[in-house]
Amino acid sequence: METKLPVAGADVSEETVSEEAIPPLEKKVTPQKLNTVEIVSDPGEGAQKCAQIFGSVSAKMGNGVWTVEIIPAEIQPPPRIPAGASGNRIRLGSSPVTNWGDRANVVVALNEQVLLARHRLNALEDDAIVLLENMWKDHKDEDIRQQWVDAMEEISDANYRIIEVPMEEECLTIVDNPQRGKNMFMLGLLCYIYDRDLELAAGQIAHAFRKKAQKITDVNVELLHLGFKWATENLGFGFQIDPTGDERPHLVMNGNEAIAMGAQASGMDFMAMYPITPATSVSHHLGETFLNYGGMLHQAEDEIAAAGVAIGASWAGKCAFTVTSGPGLALKTEFLGLAVMTETPLVVVDVQRGGPSTGLPTKVEQSDLLAAIWGQPGDAPHVVMSVATIEECFYAMITARKIAEAFRAVVIILTDANLATGVSPFPRPSLDPSWVAPPPDLSPVPEGLRPYDWDPETGMSRRFIPGSPGGMHTLTGLAHDEGSKVAYTTDVVQRSMNMRSRKMAVFQSTLQPPKVNGPGEGDLLVVGWGSTKGAIEEAVERAKEEGLKVSSLHLTFLSPLEPGLKEIFSRFKKVLTVEINYSDELGQPYVTEENRRYGQLAIVLRAQTLWNIDCWTKVLGEPLKPGDIHDAIRQKMPEGGAS
Amino acid sequence: MSSACSLLHLAEEDDRVFSMGDYEAALARWCPGCGDHSVLTAVQRLLTEEQLKPEDTVFVSGIGCSSRFPHYMKTYGFHGIHGRALPVSTGIKLHRPDLEVFAVMGDGDCVSIGAGHWIHAIRYNIDMMAMLLDNNIYGLTKMQTSPTTPQGTKSNTQPQGSWLPSMNPLEATLGVTNASFVAQTAEWIPSHLFATLKEAYKHKGFSFVRVLQRCPAYLPKLFEDAITDPETIELLVHPDGVEANDLEGIYKARVYHDPTDIDAARRYAEDQSKVRIGVFFRDESRPRYEETRHLPTLTADEKLAVLEEEFDRYAV
Repeated sequence: METKLPVAGADVSEETVSEEAIPPLEKKVTPQKLNTVEIVSDPGEGAQKCAQIFGSVSAKMGNGVWTVEIIPAEIQPPPRIPAGASGNRIRLGSSPVTNWGDRANVVVALNEQVLLARHRLNALEDDAIVLLENMWKDHKDEDIRQQWVDAMEEISDANYRIIEVPMEEECLTIVDNPQRGKNMFMLGLLCYIYDRDLELAAGQIAHAFRKKAQKITDVNVELLHLGFKWATENLGFGFQIDPTGDERPHLVMNGNEAIAMGAQASGMDFMAMYPITPATSVSHHLGETFLNYGGMLHQAEDEIAAAGVAIGASWAGKCAFTVTSGPGLALKTEFLGLAVMTETPLVVVDVQRGGPSTGLPTKVEQSDLLAAIWGQPGDAPHVVMSVATIEECFYAMITARKIAEAFRAVVIILTDANLATGVSPFPRPSLDPSWVAPPPDLSPVPEGLRPYDWDPETGMSRRFIPGSPGGMHTLTGLAHDEGSKVAYTTDVVQRSMNMRSRKMAVFQSTLQPPKVNGPGEGDLLVVGWGSTKGAIEEAVERAKEEGLKVSSLHLTFLSPLEPGLKEIFSRFKKVLTVEINYSDELGQPYVTEENRRYGQLAIVLRAQTLWNIDCWTKVLGEPLKPGDIHDAIRQKMPEGGAS
Repeated sequence: MSSACSLLHLAEEDDRVFSMGDYEAALARWCPGCGDHSVLTAVQRLLTEEQLKPEDTVFVSGIGCSSRFPHYMKTYGFHGIHGRALPVSTGIKLHRPDLEVFAVMGDGDCVSIGAGHWIHAIRYNIDMMAMLLDNNIYGLTKMQTSPTTPQGTKSNTQPQGSWLPSMNPLEATLGVTNASFVAQTAEWIPSHLFATLKEAYKHKGFSFVRVLQRCPAYLPKLFEDAITDPETIELLVHPDGVEANDLEGIYKARVYHDPTDIDAARRYAEDQSKVRIGVFFRDESRPRYEETRHLPTLTADEKLAVLEEEFDRYAV
């Protein structure tokens, strides 16, 4: 892609203040398969709105898109500090984009401090193009001028092409307070660079401000055109990213919205929750839409109550669900045990964040796997599954609801902050009425039937729902027999545990072996779960292009595990999990073969398959980058496997 | 029929008549002399009198001696986990407003480990009955101090005598926004117990009834004065509460208390110089959560049509 682009900058713009028509610069367009842009500002300056609109327009134009939020930890950090950097990264492609990539090619920044933040995080390509608001350079405050100078000095070791843009000055020609308008000016710049359809952009602006007065839309569209015009007169370069060619209608949303809509597609009409980042936005969506659907969103007084309300609702009718994150999952633990013991269907969505404790509430981690599988006191067999894409967030809810009702089981879905806030298009689902849970069966219970008439082979039994004549019984968290009678006798305790566990074996027998991505045999098999799929597969692709014999495998069901794993593992010299959770590396002080702590999936797979599985994990508070995984693959290739 | 989950209901002639025996399940296994027995009998009598359909009636409990209650009722029951009877009840009633829901809690359940849920259940004001079977001690786990244990009472956890003044559940309940029915009764006065439960059942909203009761195993002398000397008990009487005319001969201390007067109710609750029983407060005008949250009932196709409209907003 190395093409020398015409230099533009502040000095050019200064000449363009006059209203006279300036002939547009000749535009040098570079075709690209993938390109990543970041939009960063202080919080409240609208970088995220700019990015959302840019992402939607790009998706509407048929590009693959992956959008990731850049979120400061505080709600209102002081202005102009690196820790306050807020915005989005958007990766565009001429084929579907499955992850946030490595580093950005283009950055639009509203001040040099937020740019510095991205520089320090190594988020930018060395030759990145930086479009930087230059009002700070000659600011009347001497400290700010000095900060600008210092920042420029700090980033001077990178080869960024910095283009100073007088955004404030330009926007002042239209609005009195450009802080509330520069984001649309930035959108105009990007529409020029990426050749976005201005009509589409204006339509998305109108959609974004649909609840406000028309004049808000009008002035924002004007700012969009102003940015575009400035770019036309000053930039003279652009990127061409062809559409994917997938003509099917698509939806663009984040993973939490997909979960909310998946729940509705599954027919679940009752959700209880307590606000917790990054899970809460599921309830923001349902709060707006669930009522029209005939659904109840109950905001409970705490995480425990949210679980209890969902279990009560579920027991009395159709399967209900609750959505939480790690700390909330911990609080719900006792209730999950009760749901398992009473065989009450329940779907629990855990949108994982960084831990332990309050940890990194807005950042991604995959550290709840073991807690999700084994976190309940006593023997509490249940299903744990994960989602790898935003599209899967939607379909997993339908699958989980069916499993929960068919097996009278608890199903935990593990998603994470990466999927929760990432935005990406996926084919619009064709809704199927058979996904929708039927009304509960309240027909009379035939005489002699008992509430836990376990089939001795499968452990399955009919659920008696309040309202069914003849089905009266008291469900209990105490050890109980087929009639739900409290029973501590040795045979009942053993038998009831067998039956609850057997259901999991039966469920596992219905699963298909997972498909290997790439050749079915080779030197290294990379195994992952959850939102890392796109990054892992991109890294494997790069390694394969180098001639390495690498394939990958992505697991959906984590407990019980999908069948055939040992056989798949046996076809590779080495098996390596890649995860976003903590593990030790041999060679670190005091770390030995004996005490090494493994990644969580590695622990599960080692226990279940007795295979000597290695792991490579990172806890950086951000999604894994394909480049880092690629490096790990090269480093972890088995002896004799590396080329 | 209002229902949150579009249920199929059987339209059938129902000419069943229920007797006490139709509500009796396993033989209660509480200690002889335990107050739980009287409450169980009063509740079974209430269900008989109201002719509640066993299949449409649900008893929810937590953990503790009194939480065995649902096992002794031939209705649906949910014997859950310690302190959490109210969230489970809330879920049942929100998803199935057609069911009659009764929560049975001990003082540990309600006033201690589940206190957060208690406060919020009062505020939700869902149409259900909550009974606090308060024997002022942990019985199932063998004599530990409870929040309602009188100060100075010796227990296994506080053998020197409980350190703190006991908590007053009536005061707490009456202090919560949106409280709509608060009453106190005593298990050793069966007619008052029954009359109070009946008023609670009739009330539209969250009816909170504290039942004073003895624990013959661990606090046998707790209400000895109140039982042996009727003068220590004061009846709050009112046509909109419990009149207890049958008790005039025994309980002579009677106060005419209008249960709409929350200030008087709070004064009576706060003053612990006497054991007061009766309806302290009732107000049916308070908003009820399950009514506020009434939902439309949609068919599967209608639901999917709503979802298609949501899709349209996200379509590209």
